[in-house]
Amino acid sequence: MIENNMKLEFPSKSQNESFARVVVAAFAAQLDPTIEELADVKTAVSEAVTNSIIHGYEGTDGIVFIECNINDNKIEIFVKDKGKGIKDINIAMEPLYTSKPELERSGMGFTVMETFMDELEVKSEEGKGTIIRMVKEFKSVSTKG
Amino acid sequence: MQVNFDVKDKNLIVRFIGELDHHSAEDIRKSIDEEYRKKMLKNIVLDLKGISFMDSSGIGLIMGRYKNAQGNNGKLALINVNPRMEKILFMSGILKIVKVYQSEVEALSNI
Ligand SMILES: Nc1ncnc2c1ncn2[C@@H]1O[C@H](COP(=O)(O)OP(=O)(O)O)[C@@H](O)[C@H]1O
Ligand SMILES: [Mg+2]
Repeated sequence: MIENNMKLEFPSKSQNESFARVVVAAFAAQLDPTIEELADVKTAVSEAVTNSIIHGYEGTDGIVFIECNINDNKIEIFVKDKGKGIKDINIAMEPLYTSKPELERSGMGFTVMETFMDELEVKSEEGKGTIIRMVKEFKSVSTKG
Repeated sequence: MQVNFDVKDKNLIVRFIGELDHHSAEDIRKSIDEEYRKKMLKNIVLDLKGISFMDSSGIGLIMGRYKNAQGNNGKLALINVNPRMEKILFMSGILKIVKVYQSEVEALSNI
């Protein structure tokens, strides 16, 4: 059973990167995460949203979709775009791999998401778009009721 | 995000204030590069103290400034790196080539 959920959509403008991570963090705050846990979520969301904007839509106009579900002490976050998609997910997820070195990308986005979240799943289809699913368990509330 | 510059001898000290993400990195890197070229400086010290948020865009920004300094026979150093930033920077391997110092004085005397 999903106890609480929210949906958010916004145009693929880079100034919305901070908006998106702050909104998700505000939603997650009801689980009383530690500052560190909240920063983990913020960072992971920032990575996923940035990827949709610069890789999915490549600077063109599109919509980024976010959906969050809260269940017990866990938050499940989906970040979706209808952009160009990823040809080879395994290569894309390798640390330091980037298709846009000219934009000073480091290729560490997926590694950051993996490190800071408990689960990371990537689904993508070329020409259709990409969906990132991430889950974070807040350990600080696991003793509650 | 805002940056303030200090120039000491041939060293450019860059002080960040705010959140460093892809959006802010685009403007910030231009203003750092402009200041560095315009004043014909050699080394760059990035003071990360005022950064309240940083994602992997920070790695790209640091790496890019490292390359610029290196191409100009200069060096790049970091100061005031908090544990969270250190975790992100460590993952990327960038700390193998970019030095972190405990203070500005230490950075300037070792650079
Ligand atoms: N939403 C997306 N749509 C299309 N391609 C993507 C998307 N997210 C990631 N990618 C691909 O995966 C690569 C690695 O992503 P990431 O680890 O975040 O590194 P970076 O963003 O620094 O390139 C990107 O360079 C890009 O080729
Ligand atoms: Mg990325």
